[in-house]
Amino acid sequence: MNARHRLGAEEITVGYGGDPVIRDLTLDIPDGMVTAIVGPNGCGKSTLLRTLARLLKPSDGRVRLDGEAIDAVSTREVSRRLALLPQSPIAPDGLLVRDLVGRGRHPHQTWFRQWSPADEQIVEQALRMTDTWDLRDRALDQLSGGQRQRAWIAMTLAQDTDLVLLDEPTTFLDLAHQVEVLDLVTRLNRERGRTVAMVLHDLNLAARYSDLVVVMKSGVVVTIGTPREVFTSALLEDVFGLRADILDDPRTGLPVVVPVSAPAQAAASGGTVAGSPSAAAASCGT
Amino acid sequence: MLVVLLLGLVAVGLLSLALGSRALPVGTVVDVLFHDDGSEAATIVRTLRIPRTVLAIAVGIALGVAGALMQGHTRNPLADPGLLGVEAGAACAVVIAIYSLGVDDLAGYAWFALAGAGIAAAAVFAIGSSRGGPDPVSLVLAGAAVSALLLAVTQAIVVRDSDTLDAYRFWVVGSVSGRDMSVFWQVLPFLVVGLVFAALSTPGLNLLQLGDDVAASLGLTPWRQKAMGIAAVMFLTGGATAACGPIGFVGLVVPHLARRLGGVDYRWVVPYSALLGGLLVTFADIVGRLVVRPAELQVGIVMALIGGPAFVVLVRHTRTVRL
Amino acid sequence: MTVLHATPFRVGAASWLVPVRASLVSLVGAGLLFLLVAIDLSVGDFPIPVGDVVRTLFGGGDEAQRFIVMELRLPQTMVAVAVGAALGLAGALTQTMARNPLASPDILGITEGAAFGAVAVIVLSGGSGYGGGLVSGRLQELGLPLAAFTGAITTAVLLYVLSWRRGLDMQRLVLIGIGLGATLTAGTSYLLVNARIQDAASAQVWLSGSLNARGWEHVGPVLLTLAVMVPLALLLIRSLNAMLLGDDAAQGLGVRLQLTQLGVLIAAVGLASVSVAAVGPLEFVAFVVPQVALRLTGGSRPPMLASMVYGGILVVGADLITRAVLPFALPAGIVTAAIGAPYLIWLLVRTNRRRTV
Repeated sequence: MNARHRLGAEEITVGYGGDPVIRDLTLDIPDGMVTAIVGPNGCGKSTLLRTLARLLKPSDGRVRLDGEAIDAVSTREVSRRLALLPQSPIAPDGLLVRDLVGRGRHPHQTWFRQWSPADEQIVEQALRMTDTWDLRDRALDQLSGGQRQRAWIAMTLAQDTDLVLLDEPTTFLDLAHQVEVLDLVTRLNRERGRTVAMVLHDLNLAARYSDLVVVMKSGVVVTIGTPREVFTSALLEDVFGLRADILDDPRTGLPVVVPVSAPAQAAASGGTVAGSPSAAAASCGT
Repeated sequence: MLVVLLLGLVAVGLLSLALGSRALPVGTVVDVLFHDDGSEAATIVRTLRIPRTVLAIAVGIALGVAGALMQGHTRNPLADPGLLGVEAGAACAVVIAIYSLGVDDLAGYAWFALAGAGIAAAAVFAIGSSRGGPDPVSLVLAGAAVSALLLAVTQAIVVRDSDTLDAYRFWVVGSVSGRDMSVFWQVLPFLVVGLVFAALSTPGLNLLQLGDDVAASLGLTPWRQKAMGIAAVMFLTGGATAACGPIGFVGLVVPHLARRLGGVDYRWVVPYSALLGGLLVTFADIVGRLVVRPAELQVGIVMALIGGPAFVVLVRHTRTVRL
Repeated sequence: MTVLHATPFRVGAASWLVPVRASLVSLVGAGLLFLLVAIDLSVGDFPIPVGDVVRTLFGGGDEAQRFIVMELRLPQTMVAVAVGAALGLAGALTQTMARNPLASPDILGITEGAAFGAVAVIVLSGGSGYGGGLVSGRLQELGLPLAAFTGAITTAVLLYVLSWRRGLDMQRLVLIGIGLGATLTAGTSYLLVNARIQDAASAQVWLSGSLNARGWEHVGPVLLTLAVMVPLALLLIRSLNAMLLGDDAAQGLGVRLQLTQLGVLIAAVGLASVSVAAVGPLEFVAFVVPQVALRLTGGSRPPMLASMVYGGILVVGADLITRAVLPFALPAGIVTAAIGAPYLIWLLVRTNRRRTV
């Protein structure tokens, strides 16, 4: 991939004190695109994202931001270029949406300039873009999961950075809200040119909403490519241990993963199940 | 392992009878245990050391079990039976007894301590329970609040009357000395009741570790189990405090050791905690008698000196620490 | 509700967000505090009408009144106000940083460290109470707060060192604080057991938190610490606001976690230590006041300024109760516990009643 990248990892090894979770990993996050990082549980995708966001320090190798080692850049400066939405973010009871989004302006404020007109304007824009303007005076803990997540994304929007990292932004949301949130992410990228890197655990959402997919397993990058390039039955079996067919979404033409399970095969007596006569034999054998 | 601990307990018990400001050979001790020949050794062993050894073992067992149950029910490895306000209740009742009723012997204290412990326990239980039964975090908070309130009352009395203070300060430091067997017989029923509740509720405790919902679907009645467990803790801690004053850290540290030995099966952790508790408290008492001979350090102090650092080490090595 | 929330206040290029409701609450509180101070000053062996007290404070009044109010009673009342403010702020800071209403400097063990230091001086100095002994008179009067302060700070340093393990984890800090506190309490009990009864009695008075017989020399250190720590707290507010969103989000917003935590700890420990050195342990003030202030201002975190004002109200109120309302003298610390603990209990009962399983 020759795409330009501002953020990248160079041969990083990261762990939490015991064995490293990620070993010798190199990855560039291409500018202006939506990149999804997927992989089975424990493969290190959240660890990777958090290392890119400078929350974790690699024991080997370095993360680069705009050509410099990210460690050499001050925390404040990093937060002006890169925004992070952590997994399961917490907020105190009674915090209003407008206050949460307002916090996103923190990297741009000083003790003397705590609420400039520019701040106010950007917050309003962020609220409108995420469709949370009408919710701005409500308390966060009174909103639905989807609304709350949109408010958090508004906060990262208000941070006004070119790079946005999202750690599992759709976990615990129902399907309608998942779609709501990811449609917003797409708009952020298409209308505002933000570079987005997000960890997703749902393969179909990754296929539908990303330009580039990074597949990880056991702390290493297995493959990178467009959803169509990456999602093949062979890869799914190899990385996820999942037997599945890949169909084409009739509306978008993008790949859709349809798992194949043994009992369904046995019940479908005589019916054609694409691609797995051997699977039937295998399930009978084991 | 159980047998090893049991033997260890007997050994430490004998040591406790033998050692002190005057060391007696173990042979003499065994002799004297079986026939009272009126010698000085016999007096020392029978009137002084047997009561304190018996109490140390009893209190150790009680607090060890209480601690294991506490940690099991709150699902928090850093819980301690003292968090339930029982000790503060006992202390307050003792002070009231000394001040207004002029009670001045340890046996007398014990009754009041039991009553105070019971009332405090009931209050904490009531405040800390919601519709689903006792809630661990609320219980601890309620314990803190009730303890603070009772402490204020205790202080209010003690600060105005130095005679009361004089008697109280010796009781509150936690000690097994100066007590005779009558104190033991007094608290024994409560300890026994507590142990019975403990035995009954322990098997269910394993299931409760998986959460109320799972436990219920496996046939348990969560609130009943919790109530029994907490009641056991209160009886055991109340009885122990009534006999010897508040002794900290036993219920906190012992279950961790027990878990190292017995894994996470509470049917093993609880008995191990009992034996380890008895061992630890008796050992602390022996140490207290030896380090500043001929004076002595009370058990409560020695336990704090051992238990404090042990607790800090524990916290430092626990991965995820939750309040 | 929108209007009442927060309005921007701008001067040239500088700008701040003024929380309207919180400011109003603080203002009302300040008025209440002034009233309580005036009443407190009017009460005593020579009752002076409140109106005269106010006049004297502003420069009027006759010589006798000026002497009684300014020289005799004002120091004690000022100690109450200063200590209340310091404890309120310390509590607000700790609870905000720990994201936990249970946190307060009380449970970090520093109060117990101070108690150990103070009791050691009282018991070991060989005299009978505050009177004689190795270090007599004035020097012992200063020595006692100093020993308490040293005990508190030593414990704080020990706490920091023991809790630090590749960074500072708040939960770990609190738990080690509890452990340290328990050990120090045992140490204090030991001292009390081996003391002469007169010394034990004096120690017990100090341990109950007393505002009696406090002079300007007690007020000074507290005010000085406030003068240093309040600006520090104001500087930390922005970072604290971000930290409420979790460590990860806060770092993502550019907050320097370790530095902020250290700053908050220094401020909270400093304020709590100097307070306990001046008047002994005042239970529950640092814990309850920020929570009450939070409910009054309706914010998402305990407010700093309001906590200071209402802390002053609680302690002055306690002083007033012990001097004027109760039929017998009682240390202020007992009164604050007697107010604080039931409040916590009520909170718990109310929360549990609302809870559905």
